[in-house]
Amino acid sequence: MKASEVAELLNEPACAHNKKEKSGCARPKPGASAGGCAFDGAQIALLPIADVAHIIHGPIACAGNSWNNRGTRSSGPTLYKIGMTTDLTEQDVIMGRGEKRLFHSIKQAIDNYNPAAVFIYNTCVTALIGDDVDATCKAATERWGVPVVPVDAAGFYGTKNLGNRIGGEAMFKHVIGTREPDPVPEDVARDYAERGIRIHDINLIGEYNIVGEFWHVAPLFDELGLRILCTLSGDARFHEVQAMHRAKANMVVCAKALLNVARKLEDNYGIPYFEGSFYGIEDTSSALRDFARLLNDPDLTMRTEALIAREEARVHELLEPWRARLSGKRVLLNTGGVKSWSVVSALQDLGMEVVATGTGKSTEEDKARIRELMGENAKMLKGEGARELLDTCYELGADIMIAGGRSLYTALKARMPFLDSNQEREFAYAGYTGMVELARQIALSLESPVWSQVRADAPWAAKKRITGVAHCALEPEDVTDEEGDNAPEPVMLTADFLPPFAVGA
Amino acid sequence: MPEIIKRSKALSVNPLKTSAPTGASLAFLGVRRCMPMLHGALGCTAFAKVFFVRHFREPIPLQTTAMDQAATVLGADDNVIQGLVTLCAKSKPDMIGLPTTGLSETQGTDIHGLVTRFRSEYPQYAHIAVVPVNTPDYSGCLESGYADAVKAMIDVLVPESRELEKRADQVNILAGASLTPGDIEALREMAAEFGLSAIILPDIGDSMDGHLIEDDFNPLTVGGTPVEDIARMGESVATLTIGRSLWPAAELLERRSGAPDFRFDSLLGLEAVDAFVMALSEISGKPVSARLERQRAQLQDAMVDTHFMMGFARVGIAADPDLLLSMSRLVRSMGGEVVAAVAPARGPALAHVAADAVHLGDLEDLETLCGEHKAELIIGSSHAVPAAQRLGLPILRAGFPLYDQVGGFQRTWVGYRGTRQALFDLANLRLEHHAQHHELTPYHSRFRQADTAGVATFAASGTFH
Repeated sequence: MKASEVAELLNEPACAHNKKEKSGCARPKPGASAGGCAFDGAQIALLPIADVAHIIHGPIACAGNSWNNRGTRSSGPTLYKIGMTTDLTEQDVIMGRGEKRLFHSIKQAIDNYNPAAVFIYNTCVTALIGDDVDATCKAATERWGVPVVPVDAAGFYGTKNLGNRIGGEAMFKHVIGTREPDPVPEDVARDYAERGIRIHDINLIGEYNIVGEFWHVAPLFDELGLRILCTLSGDARFHEVQAMHRAKANMVVCAKALLNVARKLEDNYGIPYFEGSFYGIEDTSSALRDFARLLNDPDLTMRTEALIAREEARVHELLEPWRARLSGKRVLLNTGGVKSWSVVSALQDLGMEVVATGTGKSTEEDKARIRELMGENAKMLKGEGARELLDTCYELGADIMIAGGRSLYTALKARMPFLDSNQEREFAYAGYTGMVELARQIALSLESPVWSQVRADAPWAAKKRITGVAHCALEPEDVTDEEGDNAPEPVMLTADFLPPFAVGA
Repeated sequence: MPEIIKRSKALSVNPLKTSAPTGASLAFLGVRRCMPMLHGALGCTAFAKVFFVRHFREPIPLQTTAMDQAATVLGADDNVIQGLVTLCAKSKPDMIGLPTTGLSETQGTDIHGLVTRFRSEYPQYAHIAVVPVNTPDYSGCLESGYADAVKAMIDVLVPESRELEKRADQVNILAGASLTPGDIEALREMAAEFGLSAIILPDIGDSMDGHLIEDDFNPLTVGGTPVEDIARMGESVATLTIGRSLWPAAELLERRSGAPDFRFDSLLGLEAVDAFVMALSEISGKPVSARLERQRAQLQDAMVDTHFMMGFARVGIAADPDLLLSMSRLVRSMGGEVVAAVAPARGPALAHVAADAVHLGDLEDLETLCGEHKAELIIGSSHAVPAAQRLGLPILRAGFPLYDQVGGFQRTWVGYRGTRQALFDLANLRLEHHAQHHELTPYHSRFRQADTAGVATFAASGTFH
């Protein structure tokens, strides 16, 4: 990929990050960086397409350390779970045999696994030695009649976010618009017609069906007569991606990363889109409302309102016992983007107090929403490292940390209750039903009897544990952050402060 | 000696291989207050980090030189220097491990030259050890990268010490990549049985065993071999090396220290453990303790008890060479047969694996071979679990990565007690599987008198014969 193409992807006009003076994604700093590469992002964006053979072209590291580690679920084919790589050897690299191996690999995948399509992910080494992946894919498509799609995503092109966009771009360039959608099956069409329900075609973009959580929401779409032509890419099939261009409305779910696909579908095919989320009652309801609004169907609007009223009442009743247990508990939330406020409202629904929220990946609009929800003095975290995160927990007296998997062991090592809100999680939190599971998991960690046991000293120890205060003595230089140079000064604790669990336990 | 059968497919399917820089990082994670920094793109580190986080369920200190497009095209030398300076200034580690990757090696980095440059430009950080190691992703596997990193640490940190007076109660143990934190603890205890204090390199038993520390946070490794102990390895009276992959490292240490060198393929199985115990006895001049003798007798008892289940057992194993050797010998020593042996890459141990053939390949190969050769049991990592499920076979989890259950990372395999538990577990898998799948189909004679209604029938017991 040329530098100019990378720059173009970084400069996504629909991305609110570009509206400030510091645009796009900052350059990572050696020795102080965390997070994945462009290949990682491209793979995250596309791997859930379940009937595709995903071949990673390069030496073993890229596939060997990453295959079969995604929580995304499929309702049918499981081909996406089969790890495939050309696993280049030194001889391949020196002798320039990469393309040849790739060509034969594509044949092997087609012969043995009969995929709907083959995706080829170009990685650092193959990009550097100049393997012509585009040409190889074209030749393979012609030879074997199965679509072979190049995804030029060398890790050094940039960060995971860029990789998401590269993945989306590849779909837009090579796949979307190459097939017309099937008609609605006759019996289904008849059934809806008899009930006077008009069927609308829609897409969801940037929804990955982690642990199958979208299945909490999918039945509501069916009920409303919203046919999901394609979810890019949770539980998706190749032929669904091909027909995305025929939707009448798109929703960009949570991540801003595939915004480029939504924008291009709007520019090229006139499909309007909105950004939303399925986390929390309010968000789920407004996502459904937004579809009704974009589709401009008064009957749909009416039915949507009825469904929302029914579902909200149902889930409020289910949440009642949890609300009693969780009410007044203090949460430190450290997720990015839309989740920084959508989850806030979800937690406030439970009567919990959100004492701080992460805004590392949030836009100005996101921040405005946060102020609206949490007040003008809302504490916003800008991508703090582990040390700062813990200090903020102590300072604000948080009872539980809700964050991505990267902070999981930071919290546990500090003997702090934790809930994983990112893609690595093991429970389904989406939609109305997901809220109940969210409440249950928060209570599970928060109320666990292990905390008092692991915070208390051994019976023979004279000295009292004061976790959270011991490190006050640290010089600021001692603090390593994982996020690089933009972390603020560490929070210094006041002398009379003790973390909630320091006393008594 | 088994026939080594080369990879014949273009595409690797369900890879068994983990890359060499990941292995090198693991070795560095066994050093106290260390930060490994991979010289490559963000993903090289991010993927390795996630890999270890899932396996150990621990925070993993791992940094990156963060090569981007400009650095890849125009040169990434400054990334290395800048990364080293940042780590030294911010985290103040005792050591920085610096493995290269496929990306930086293809670019042609001179990692050793860069460390020399860093040393001359930043003398204020002279007290922080920096250990570079060449580990291109397209060469070797986890085990070889780990071994290269151990050798590099000896090279950088152990001074010439042949003339030095030796400490009679101090030994070195070079611990191979097949050993778990639990294994390392067991090794230390065995040495202590003979009054020997062991410097174990690397010591993931101390750093990656999963323990809560007094502090709530530490950006570096929270245990492991102290760097000053590595420097003192030349004072040890002997070196014990576990795993053929580490023999080049052992040779280097022997040249540096002049201390006699005892080498072991494996510490799994009665004979293997006996050899290690004999060596400890010889080095220390002390007899084997009653405690160890009792453990040995317990293992012998378990061998007798489990030979019914392990005899003729047809086993498929997929692992890095040292572990493959170790497991295959255990199976053979119990009367079983390794019918499918797959390794991700070449290694010195392969020529000694107890099987007729070793395939260089992936988990698709393991699955195919196990099917073809009617395997009854699989030994492999969590990645091999789907293959075992598709074949309907029980699996004993070993190697990297282990993520679908908790605690696998710390399991003790070595020594008399570790071997005993391994035998019990293997035998139990066989028993359970046999009870479920291999009962004889009942025969119904036409002369048989009809059952009287209401009489309870007894389910077949799980007895194994």
